[in-house]
Amino acid sequence: MSTSTDLGVPGLRSGTESVPTLDPDAPAQTGKEFTSDQEVRWCPGCGDYAVLKAVQSFLPGLGLRRENIVFVSGIGCSSRFPYYLDTYGMHSIHGRAPSIATGIATAREDLNVWVVTGDGDALSIGGNHLIHALRRNVNMTILLFNNRIYGLTKGQYSPTSEAGKITKSTPMGSLDHPFNPVSLALGAEASFVARTIDSDRKHLTAVLAAAAAHRGTSLVEIYQNCPIFNDGAFDAIKDRDTKENALIPLVHGQPVTYGVPDADGNPTKGVIRDPSTGGVKAVDLADLHGDHGDHQAALDQLIVHDAHNPDPSVAFAISRLTDSGYLNTSPIGIFRQVERPTYDDQARAQISSSMDAAPGTPTDRLSTLINGTDTWTVV
Amino acid sequence: MSKQVKQLDRVIIRFAGDSGDGMQLTGDRFTSESAVFGNDLMTLPNFPAEIRAPAGTMAGVSSFQVHFADHDILTAGDAPDVLVAMNPAALRANLADLPKGATVIVDTHDFTKRNLEKAGYTANPLDSLGDAAPGHPMADFNVHTVDLTGMTVEAVKEYGLSRKDAARAKNMFALGLLSWMYGRPTEGTEAFLSKRFAKVPDIRDANITAFKTGWNFGETTEAFAVQYEIKPAEMTAGTYRNITGNLALSYGLVAAGVQSGLPVFLGSYPITPASDILHELSKHKSFGVTTLQAEDEIAGVGAAIGASFAGSLGVTTTSGPGIALKSEAIGLAVMTELPLLVIDVQRGGPSTGLPTKTEQADLLQAMFGRNGEAPVPIVAPQSPGDCFTAAIEAARIAVTYRTPVMLLSDGYLANGSEPWKIPDVADLPVIDPAFATTTNHGDGDDAEFWPYLRDEDTLARPWAIPGTAGLEHRIGGLEKGEGHGNISYDPANHDFMVRTRAAKVARIADSLPPLEVDDPSGEAKVLVLGWGSTYGPIGAACRRVRRAGYHVAQTHLRHLNPFPKDLAEILARYDKVMVPEMNLGQLALLLRGTYLVDAVGFNQVNGMPIKAADLAEAVGTLVAEAEGIDLDPAVFSHPTTAPADHEEAPR
Repeated sequence: MSTSTDLGVPGLRSGTESVPTLDPDAPAQTGKEFTSDQEVRWCPGCGDYAVLKAVQSFLPGLGLRRENIVFVSGIGCSSRFPYYLDTYGMHSIHGRAPSIATGIATAREDLNVWVVTGDGDALSIGGNHLIHALRRNVNMTILLFNNRIYGLTKGQYSPTSEAGKITKSTPMGSLDHPFNPVSLALGAEASFVARTIDSDRKHLTAVLAAAAAHRGTSLVEIYQNCPIFNDGAFDAIKDRDTKENALIPLVHGQPVTYGVPDADGNPTKGVIRDPSTGGVKAVDLADLHGDHGDHQAALDQLIVHDAHNPDPSVAFAISRLTDSGYLNTSPIGIFRQVERPTYDDQARAQISSSMDAAPGTPTDRLSTLINGTDTWTVV
Repeated sequence: MSKQVKQLDRVIIRFAGDSGDGMQLTGDRFTSESAVFGNDLMTLPNFPAEIRAPAGTMAGVSSFQVHFADHDILTAGDAPDVLVAMNPAALRANLADLPKGATVIVDTHDFTKRNLEKAGYTANPLDSLGDAAPGHPMADFNVHTVDLTGMTVEAVKEYGLSRKDAARAKNMFALGLLSWMYGRPTEGTEAFLSKRFAKVPDIRDANITAFKTGWNFGETTEAFAVQYEIKPAEMTAGTYRNITGNLALSYGLVAAGVQSGLPVFLGSYPITPASDILHELSKHKSFGVTTLQAEDEIAGVGAAIGASFAGSLGVTTTSGPGIALKSEAIGLAVMTELPLLVIDVQRGGPSTGLPTKTEQADLLQAMFGRNGEAPVPIVAPQSPGDCFTAAIEAARIAVTYRTPVMLLSDGYLANGSEPWKIPDVADLPVIDPAFATTTNHGDGDDAEFWPYLRDEDTLARPWAIPGTAGLEHRIGGLEKGEGHGNISYDPANHDFMVRTRAAKVARIADSLPPLEVDDPSGEAKVLVLGWGSTYGPIGAACRRVRRAGYHVAQTHLRHLNPFPKDLAEILARYDKVMVPEMNLGQLALLLRGTYLVDAVGFNQVNGMPIKAADLAEAVGTLVAEAEGIDLDPAVFSHPTTAPADHEEAPR
């Protein structure tokens, strides 16, 4: 499947604008330079390998100085990620990576900050930090590896597992209703929300590029297969025979269509507004063709995806097309990408304007500060 | 009429009223006047956790105690000589603390049936004061009943305020009256009111008028026949200001940033009694200070750790419950060996406990409250002004040794104030971040950066910040291999690293000055050893014991982990060691475990500072035991008459 990702109107500032770049005449960086000397220790067949490879080959293309890139992770299988990249990195504690990354990104404008997290790390123990990072819009990219299971603790259900899941901790089936990470992020008013798949290198890379270019918090959900504890969770959207009817690719400015093409090569399914619910629904285009089988007339009735819509309602409605049970249907692509001032830019602006306005040396000003206005002198 | 002027060497005044009566402001202003006048002083604000508890109830009483003197004093005083009570609840809540002969000034305006009932009075304690017989609740006191509210409303009539707004100026009337009684300078308060209410001229004028009318009332009424004079105290030459612990601590953090050249980054979540540090630091962006009000305690410390990794001086401020939440992250800072200041303004616990009251019961949490062997250096200030120096010292240790440092203040230090001799910035220590800039292992093409290759003297690891080319590295919570810092599950390596992290913290003792032991006669058999805010009460208690003719030595710990190197030898010098603490014996436990010393505890956990008289009695009893003499501990006990005599003056 081919998907192009439209970045829309360029933002006022790109996500990497203040990060130092390589000298123009320096040799191009390679994926190898971004690969650390540590042995990668995920299970054979783990989706994490594909994402790592994609990131390692994607990063050099940013043209940023490697020493100005920082990867921060929490706890879980995916959180080993920073060890395998030869950048600065911190493998922190469970759920807290967004808060640590917030400190890094706010303290240093010249760093390109990434968070690597999983469904348990980001949505369970670290749920609070995730929504507040999205709310603040700190300039960083969060890669949320969603395998819908707890892997490192050996197979308990996660906050994205389908209800009724039989696991070690839920022998009669899990009782919790799962989170939809994209819906959650949109609800937190994230300025960039996307979803992609570990096994689709091209789509994954395009989404990473858009996320890195976005100034603000970019949330990228990556469907990632765990071959040990949740194998096949994404078969329906990956399998050659089923994926065309399962994946709803979102392309900015295009009608939302999918489905096995008809004889003319036209898509057979699409997404329309549903006045009965106020949301959206997937339909067979044949049902919209009317008496004359007019394909264009059908397309005209579909939602045209607008990732830059300031109102997140439609993006949210589209995100609800994701199955909460076994994944038979899922939209992928960039749900939302809007310009909003970032927390860190504004925090630094407050500081720099205060520093610019302050007279004298820091030492002189410190002396003035601690003396205050009400002093008396004993001789 | 001319009034009698009486000399006193010290006075303790307590202002008490409803939470909304402005007692903290009144106390603050009286304190500022006294500071500018040149008295030595200490203050003790005491207020409920509720912002506005039901008006007129005991739960809503807020008070502010100020102790001022013509000599150096160490505490806010055990028992007030003067109580200003703005309503029945304020009277009832504070009466038990007064010694015989204390002066009570009561605003009679609110002594209505309804308010008396709210305070739990079945009869008006102000009835039949004239012939108060023994057993009358006010029999032991010198009572002045004044309709402060009524007189205030009358005085400010011309400004056309509502009755409610007019009555609100009554605290300034009371302040004016007390300012007259003790000959306080008034210019500061007038200037303060002009500035504070600049935008509401009628309120400003009403307050200034109430203040002046209160003063004039004292001067003209026959009810107050005596004016008191407390001469300025002799203090070391220098420039002074009045300062609270939270303010001094904030300034210390700003200073640590200036002295290290590191931008200060505070990640914090609001919590009593630490929030004022967040408020204060948020004003100092011109020093490059970033303050992030995080979504929770964990995010506060997380952001600070991130900022430290990125080359800032990461700071997080909180109280005991917040430390509990931050524990795992502090462990991460121990493992990653990043500089981090963790400031715990202790309050009554456990759990939510007593948010606005003081306690020292987080020492063992600071020491051991993490999983695994996770040593954290601990520094404690001993007085409000000392919070400044302690903050810089904590930063020195954090940066030099690449470690989180716990700074243990408490509610008494945070909100209490004292005159502070302002240091010369040129004399402040310089802190060198000494960032790593080059590879440190191997040569030529094999040259690498090893993030856990340590300095031989300090055992500190190199601090290489992002943006430094060629020094890219990964750190994290998993055990690190010695030197190279890669993940290591090797048993021998773990044992080595656990011991190395402990040794690094122990190594800090090499940089500490010797303890100062105050043993004037050199003949003491008893040592009183304390830490933190008990410094004042311990000093005052020791003075009392010495004044009664007995020998006692005192020393105070700024560093609780590691202990100073000479502590073992000092402890061994004395027959008995007493450890007064506002907990059930946490330092005593550490001393017993570390030095096998049979430390005797003096423990009080009532949310209030230890009273010097109580402690003096306990110290005196121990001294008598150690010296084999009979001694009547009553010689140290509370004064029975007010104003108190020269009991706290050094000999």
